Amino acid sequence: MTTLIKEIDYGTPKSDSAKMVTLEIDGQAISVPEGTSIMRAAMELGTQIPKLCATDSMKSFGSCRLCLVEIEGRKGTPASCTTPVAAGIKVRTQTDHLAELRRGVMELYISDHPLDCLTCAANGDCELQDMAGAVGLREVRYGYEGDNHVFAKHNGSENFRYKPKDESNPYFSFDPAKCIVCSRCVRACEEVQGTFALTIDGRGFASHVAAGMDEDFLESECVSCGACVQACPTATLMDKSIIDKGQPDHSVVTTCAYCGVGCSFKAEMKGDEVVRMMPYKDGGANEGHSCVKGRFAWGYATHQDRMMKPMLRDKITDPWREVSWDEAIDFTARRFKEIQAKHGIGSIGGITSSRCTNEEVYVVQKMIRAAFHNNNVDTCARVCHSPTGYGLKQTFGTSAGTQDFKSVDKADVIIIIGANPTDGHPVFASRMKRRLRDGARLIVIDPRRTDIVRSPHIEADYHLPLLPGTNVAVINAIAHVVVTEGLVKRDYVAERCEPEDFARWEKFIAEPKNSPEALESITGVKAADVRAAARLYASAGNGAIYYGLGVTEHSQGSTMVMAMANLAMATGNIGREGVGVNPLRGQNNVQGSCDMGSFPHELTGYRHISDDTVRDLFEKVWSVELDAEPGLRIPNMFSAAVEGSFKGLYVQGEDIAQSDPNTKHVNAALEALEFLVVQDLFLNETAAFAHVFLPGTSFLEKDGTFTNAERRINRVRPVMAPKQGMQEWEAAARISTAMGYPMSYTSGAEIMDEIARLTPTFAGVSFDKLDRLGSVQWPCNDAAPEGTPIMHVDKFVRGKGRFMITEFVPTDERTNRFFPLILTTGRILSQYNVGAQTRRTANVAWHPEDVLEIHPHDAEVRGIKDGSMVSLSSRIGATTLRAVIADRMPQGVVYTTFHHPVTGANVITTEHSDWATNCPEYKVTAVQVTPSNQPSEWQVEWEQRENEHKRVALKPLVAAE
Amino acid sequence: MTRVFVPNDAAALSMGADKVAFAIKAEADRRNLKLEIIRNGSRGLLWLEPLVEVATAKGRIAYGPVAAKDVASLFDADFIKGGKHRLCHGLTEEIDYLKRQERLTFARCGITDPLSIDDYVAHGGFAGLTAALKKSGADIVKDVTDSGLRGRGGAGFPTGIKWKTVLDARADQKYVCCNADEGDSGTFADRMLMEGDPFTLIEGMTIAGIATGATKGLIYIRSEYPQAIAKMKQAIAKATASRWLGDNVQGSDKSFTLVVRTGAGAYICGEETSMLDSLEGKRGMVRPKPPIPAIEGLFGKPTVINNVLSFAAVPDILSKGAEFYRNYGMGRSRGTLPFQLAGNIKQGGLVEKAFGITLRELFEGFGGGTHSGRPARAIQVGGPLGSYIPASQFDMPMDYETFAANGAMVGHGGLVVFDDTVDMARQARFAMEFCSIESCGKCTPCRIGAVRGVEVIDKIIAGIERDKNLIVLDDLCQTMTDGSLCAMGGLTPMPVQSAVKHFPEDFDRPPVAKAAE
Repeated sequence: MTTLIKEIDYGTPKSDSAKMVTLEIDGQAISVPEGTSIMRAAMELGTQIPKLCATDSMKSFGSCRLCLVEIEGRKGTPASCTTPVAAGIKVRTQTDHLAELRRGVMELYISDHPLDCLTCAANGDCELQDMAGAVGLREVRYGYEGDNHVFAKHNGSENFRYKPKDESNPYFSFDPAKCIVCSRCVRACEEVQGTFALTIDGRGFASHVAAGMDEDFLESECVSCGACVQACPTATLMDKSIIDKGQPDHSVVTTCAYCGVGCSFKAEMKGDEVVRMMPYKDGGANEGHSCVKGRFAWGYATHQDRMMKPMLRDKITDPWREVSWDEAIDFTARRFKEIQAKHGIGSIGGITSSRCTNEEVYVVQKMIRAAFHNNNVDTCARVCHSPTGYGLKQTFGTSAGTQDFKSVDKADVIIIIGANPTDGHPVFASRMKRRLRDGARLIVIDPRRTDIVRSPHIEADYHLPLLPGTNVAVINAIAHVVVTEGLVKRDYVAERCEPEDFARWEKFIAEPKNSPEALESITGVKAADVRAAARLYASAGNGAIYYGLGVTEHSQGSTMVMAMANLAMATGNIGREGVGVNPLRGQNNVQGSCDMGSFPHELTGYRHISDDTVRDLFEKVWSVELDAEPGLRIPNMFSAAVEGSFKGLYVQGEDIAQSDPNTKHVNAALEALEFLVVQDLFLNETAAFAHVFLPGTSFLEKDGTFTNAERRINRVRPVMAPKQGMQEWEAAARISTAMGYPMSYTSGAEIMDEIARLTPTFAGVSFDKLDRLGSVQWPCNDAAPEGTPIMHVDKFVRGKGRFMITEFVPTDERTNRFFPLILTTGRILSQYNVGAQTRRTANVAWHPEDVLEIHPHDAEVRGIKDGSMVSLSSRIGATTLRAVIADRMPQGVVYTTFHHPVTGANVITTEHSDWATNCPEYKVTAVQVTPSNQPSEWQVEWEQRENEHKRVALKPLVAAE
Repeated sequence: MTRVFVPNDAAALSMGADKVAFAIKAEADRRNLKLEIIRNGSRGLLWLEPLVEVATAKGRIAYGPVAAKDVASLFDADFIKGGKHRLCHGLTEEIDYLKRQERLTFARCGITDPLSIDDYVAHGGFAGLTAALKKSGADIVKDVTDSGLRGRGGAGFPTGIKWKTVLDARADQKYVCCNADEGDSGTFADRMLMEGDPFTLIEGMTIAGIATGATKGLIYIRSEYPQAIAKMKQAIAKATASRWLGDNVQGSDKSFTLVVRTGAGAYICGEETSMLDSLEGKRGMVRPKPPIPAIEGLFGKPTVINNVLSFAAVPDILSKGAEFYRNYGMGRSRGTLPFQLAGNIKQGGLVEKAFGITLRELFEGFGGGTHSGRPARAIQVGGPLGSYIPASQFDMPMDYETFAANGAMVGHGGLVVFDDTVDMARQARFAMEFCSIESCGKCTPCRIGAVRGVEVIDKIIAGIERDKNLIVLDDLCQTMTDGSLCAMGGLTPMPVQSAVKHFPEDFDRPPVAKAAE
């Protein structure tokens, strides 16, 4: 049994100064960096000066007045949190006078605080309680009859200061009666999260914490990131799970299974039950911060919908039948073998999941290559970031982002393209916003006015609201300005890049057709703004590009990735802190699932299957002969299934029926399969077409690693035994064994050791090392034993950086008078991907349904009112959903999310895809929107399938005696 | 043409000066007399407001307090030629109250047309700035340091040292901020100067900007001073138009711009760091020091923050020399201080005198005793957080160090007089109550302490466990004094403890019996 991890709170942030200052605290000498507070210096000596308003995640504030100290030769009693160290000073942290002052302050605090410690949810974890003990408070001589915020009645009448508990947020409660007005919540909201939803309202004794305009938390701008709850030293802001279950008794550090930020959390437990997820301060990706999903939305892991038993059925119209693991595995292996015998080796394949661990993905792709004897393996990253892999490999030589997240702290200009970090990658967005508030400049290239364009204390210098599908034109125009206005960093290019490729590119990009003016009519972006943005990026020191699926999910996704790489190289913005080209990965392990050899043409570490040396290595270690021919990509599998040559599919934790484009086509493919195996937590949309359902493990049960968007390999530690009885890699290994290729692992660590042995970029990775260092960023090998935060430092991975020609070729998807609007899709903060997890949590409080955002003018001309139901139709399909009129939409563009299956956003999307990688063009679909009062045909079908295909047969009831 | 002066200072306006000016104009028109009515600032003889003056060959003749109904009789008495009248005080300059003052900062106030640059220059204005434009920043700072000028807002910090810190700080932008959030009870000197001689403040701030390398200045004026706000804005526009402000001041390579910002009614914004928060558009909350504003002030940049009177003292120092200024005063309190006499006093007003004058000279010699005619029991000096000084200490000289040694403070130079009917326990309670209302709410000793202070004093007044509660009060005062973040909570115990100390009998009275039904 592990203990409850309590991180040391140094009271104030670390100073970055290189200059050391030596001082004396209570007679002990200590050297600390200049700028360190006396409080922190004391804590480094192990001396905890009493404090309430200070905590090391935010700037010192100096309000509680408990941390007063005496300094020899200085008058008064300065606060140790706000007083920096100075050379040679002699500090005393405890004297009779200080003791009296602290008791005096505590006496005041407690005179306005309820005395219900024994029944208080913070009992045992309350800093106020601790401090009362520490300063030796024995009596409150003011009594409790005075003015207060504690009691509903005061002197027999209503106490106007009293406010009842706010229970509106589903995850935490706010009890103003317990508030000591230390402002930690307000400061956390400002400094850590950057939302500015909280404030102190009123003056003097009337000062109180107010959410928004002094309204309920749920109604306010609060994004429920939990930073305030974490910061609260009392029970004022309190997790409801703690109120319900009491304080945890042990904790395990693990990694969040939501987005690609990969936050580290302490899973705080009682027995094998999670009572709270607390962001971990030493987590490299998040450094103690969290968002509403990771912090609170973990309840899906024990949701009643979760399947705990393997299930089989012969036909998809039959109800499911619960079976043992042995039966499920034998059945699966037998059916796959039968199909191969009948239709050929290549007639089956599998899809790995970006939500599973590296180890699970590795084992599944190994099963396919070694036991299926083909390369029909692909990953769901196909449909999100495959162009990133392709584009960055072509230009830089490796398929990954160039920076660590911390790098953004050094950026001078940030370009965000096709990403909505405050919703999609909220914890990284907070870091980015902090840098923006500190003065970095911002350029946003996005059709929508996303929140980061203008939010409290942040405003983009340039928002280029381009027409969806014209990314490449805009970025070419920016590069055109850089080249033609003499902003190219010639020295850098000459030293670091292939000269001939550069010369060719320079000539191409300088052509008048690539000028902002020439492209204005195509992109819809003012040429002057493009020019200004280009100058800003090229000439402001460190320029950093961050991008998301708005870049990749286009028919020119790969072109765009290369175009950004070109721009970064031309301006010398690769290879140091503060710069780079950085994909914001959608899912927790997109990077990892790509690294793990999930693509049909690549083994682990992005090495081509046709490379004899690489294949030899794997063949030796795996003791099996491998096919040198790349297998089928996901879209090829679907087409082959419809054609009839592809018959069996193993799907690991991905809901292709909801997430992949052109749902009707996907469903047709799934229906055409003879045999479909789905491994997942829930009976998802895809499972409706499956013959075997293998219950999956939640991240709380997994033993493995996730690799986040900054290539950081984080440990996923099991905090409880697999609830369905088996690790997912074990299930795959047993299927493989049953099919004739024996595989057996006893732990995730053993799998990682094999990965390390076979993958040069992972050569130095082991669970031992991860436990020791917390995390490492690949490449991690002899050359970089502790990993590589920044890539391409002295030279590019491929040697010289390669400029690629990035001709803008518009998509074939065009608007016309029947489909005059462009639909673009995305996600929102509280929901995640297909919603399988978040829809099964209280997060639905923020987003109960997908809505269609539409510009007021587009709505007006169609007679659409805010909140009315509309039909959204494309050339492919139609669905019905609620319209919301939003002025952040440009005219001509509508937007929706795909979190709810009933919406069927992907019924609308087309099969256009990236020319290089087949990444679907989710972001551009020509549509029409009309008022509607009924579900679409597809939705009626879905409803029916929802009822029929997911039935589980009841066990016969044991007759009563 | 005869010039008649009718002040439009807020004190005069509150006594009907506009009506008087209107009546004079109407009466002159009726009598077909040509007059030029100049709306000047106040001379500071507030008990005589509205004080109407007429320029004659002998000098300006004063009439006051003039009401609109007196105007016809003034014309009848031929006041425009200085004719005799029951309201006539003879030559203004010869009025004892004024004659005995040492007016440096207020030398022009009430004399000139506040918005006339020509008038200002004719009376020695801009001589200091002209001198400063020829000097290096370091030399200007040296002059100010040598003059011994200390911050007139209350803290008495040497102005030259503050300026030097800003001068030595490196930054792409520095600021000069004038604290004109004059919220202390019984004070009005800042307002009088801004309304009566705004160019002096502009000149002083511009010199500060030139001295320290700050190119932007802001004047933070409380919203309760609409006339001052309007005057300062007009004066800034005029000074800018005549190139005493803006780019390349008077053709030099120095630039300085000024803007006025209006407060929103919080006393705490007179505390310099809260004022910075307010100027930045935030709610006014006290910031911890360090960092001091001279290093990290407005928007995190090095900032000179001084009171109106500190800036207004500077032009003289530059034009007449540091020596001239430091020759006034006593001990380490150099120069003059414009004292403000208020409360229960016969002749309230502004008295600018060198440091060293005693409280009694101010209260009796200038103020003429109490308004009620009863004996004075206490004078509160330095605003609502200042000490109550008992009659036995009225002979204390006005000097920062002497006051500090006696548990009191000079502050902004405001005197509020109380006669022997005052209940000092109620006054002590008021100090805590004031703090509880005006606390920014940031630090615990001030936020909760002031509320408990009121309650404890209520218990003492009610005779509930009096001895115990006097100890609790003393402990609370200690916690507030040494534990508070800023001077608001830190000084609130000063009036409380001075009242307990000097007037213990007021805390030991039998509780007032409730009237029987």
